[in-house]
Amino acid sequence: MDITEVPVSEDSKGKKKKNKKPKMKSKAGNGEAEKKQQEVVVVENMEKSEPAFPPSFSVSEIKNKQRRHFMFMKLKQEKRKQKMQLKKKKKKEREALGDKAPPKEVPKTIENQRVYDETVVDPEDEEVAFDEGTDEFSAYFNGLTNPKVLITTSDRPRGRTVRFCEQLATVIPNAHVYYRRGLALKRVIPQCIARDFTYLIVINEDRKVPNGMVLCHLPDGPTAHFKVSSVRLRKEMKRRGKDPTEHSPEVILNNFTTRLGHSIGRLFAALFPQDPQFVGRQVATFHNQRDFIFFRFHRYIFKNEKRVGIQELGPRFTLKLRSLQKGTFDSKFGEYEWVLKRHEMDACRRKFQL
Amino acid sequence: MQHDDVIWDIIGNQQFCSFKVKTKSQGFCRNEYNITGLCNRSSCPLANSQYATIREEKGQCFLYMKVIERAAFPAKMWEKVKLSKNYEKALEQIDENLIYWPRFIRHKCKQRFTKITQYLIRMRKLVLKRQRKLVPLSRKVERREKRKEEKALIAAQLDNAIEKELLERLKQGTYGDIYNFPVHAFDRALEQQDEESEEEEEEEEEDDEDVGKREFVEEEVEESDLSDFEDMNKLRTSSDEEQDDEEEESSEEEEEEEMEMETKAKALRSKGKSPANGSVARKKRAYVEIEYEQETEPATKSRATS
Repeated sequence: MDITEVPVSEDSKGKKKKNKKPKMKSKAGNGEAEKKQQEVVVVENMEKSEPAFPPSFSVSEIKNKQRRHFMFMKLKQEKRKQKMQLKKKKKKEREALGDKAPPKEVPKTIENQRVYDETVVDPEDEEVAFDEGTDEFSAYFNGLTNPKVLITTSDRPRGRTVRFCEQLATVIPNAHVYYRRGLALKRVIPQCIARDFTYLIVINEDRKVPNGMVLCHLPDGPTAHFKVSSVRLRKEMKRRGKDPTEHSPEVILNNFTTRLGHSIGRLFAALFPQDPQFVGRQVATFHNQRDFIFFRFHRYIFKNEKRVGIQELGPRFTLKLRSLQKGTFDSKFGEYEWVLKRHEMDACRRKFQL
Repeated sequence: MQHDDVIWDIIGNQQFCSFKVKTKSQGFCRNEYNITGLCNRSSCPLANSQYATIREEKGQCFLYMKVIERAAFPAKMWEKVKLSKNYEKALEQIDENLIYWPRFIRHKCKQRFTKITQYLIRMRKLVLKRQRKLVPLSRKVERREKRKEEKALIAAQLDNAIEKELLERLKQGTYGDIYNFPVHAFDRALEQQDEESEEEEEEEEEDDEDVGKREFVEEEVEESDLSDFEDMNKLRTSSDEEQDDEEEESSEEEEEEEMEMETKAKALRSKGKSPANGSVARKKRAYVEIEYEQETEPATKSRATS
């Protein structure tokens, strides 16, 4: 009986491959035939009406590729179906309970699951406050110095980089663009200090596209080296507004939580003048998400006290911190406060530095 | 016995020489001992028994002289003399070693020596200047980072974050007195108390505002480069009733909505979504300011259009 059964069942199985809704009974029967064909010595209870497979039977044991694939697809469908049923049941229960239902579970996100970082700054931490009161930015934050920024590039910049520098200069008030004509940075820095610049930005270029930025706080401040990506110039932006005016923008710094993040945040904050001109209604945002810092420049308007409309002007780009150095730019003898070490730091998906 | 002419005849003219590189205009000799680098009867190191060159090794120049008696031992055929680092002294050394040698070889040796010293000097100068360090990028890592960046961008929800932050700042009062939005709770209380008086006031002003509204709307539908605020769409779709807190009564809302519908319809026929909503919002904003800030109205308008 078995032997005669087999060819029949094979044919039917072949036909049913194309059928999206296989009949359970026949499948179970085919499974049985398969097993007996391969002489799997297991005692099973074949439940003809139910699609459940006996526990010792695994799809991977079928030698025939097409059939194995088919059985696997079926298995997947089953699982999906059960999942949907479970969901529906839960939903019904929730509706039935009404107010007494337990609160919805919060889905896990990477931000939720972030590995506990002991360098996260507590708002009331005194040590941090003291440090920040006496670090290189204290002069700026106490209102003593006004930022003056020098923007330059690496050697022989191409069109895109040049335009990016110009647009950056319009976004940052009191910024000047100078061409680098093969000058060594180490010689540029003392000249800048002599002329009262507080910041030096060097945009590094590769294949006609800006891809790196060195941000150096001048008197003797920290130097940060970033990787720049996704640069979008003004004319490539959709639905943008008119050019930014000369008013000093406000600054928004989001999500800089750890000590390192704090120092980087202060680095950015010190780029802009201390008192923004609210008349201009412009805001520059540095938003940190998963160690990527997104820069945006918007013009906002308050439609009423609950709604605000923003319109993007200005260039946008993303930064990723590569290294932070204590003094001014010195690649050989500098003392690095933090360096991105890929193998150590990128290993865990839920661990972030900033 | 070395028959130079025979050798030259064979390798130079007729048959094959493995060191020869021919181009359209000239032939070059790739032999490392060649003094000029060209393939000539007088510069061929194989076809001349009396031959000398200058070569440099790690910044040191040597004078190589061919000793034809040792032609049977090619490894020992070339004699090496170390030249001094001083340019003039080295030239004298060349002269004294190549005394009685043909003029051509002496001259060419000195020329070659000069050229070598010049390029050594340039090399030393370049090292002192800035050197470009090439940092190789790993493709896999770059790909991964790009994807992470995209995901981070989506997770960041930048627009929402910025708006939230701005509203926070407004609430905390960092903007001081620039924006005269009355505080929520205060206004609610006011409304409850003075409902009737407010109605009267607003009914009086309705006609003016209606007229004003209509004018505004028509103008802006004609202009095509409106759309100051692209978030109009999103924000407008939420209930209009939220905006009531400050001013309008429901009757006026309805009128507004009708106006919006008209303008929407007009604009949809003409162009697209944002102009209509832009005009709607602008009209609404103007409406707000007519209510409260009549003094500053022209200023704000000019700011909007500038």
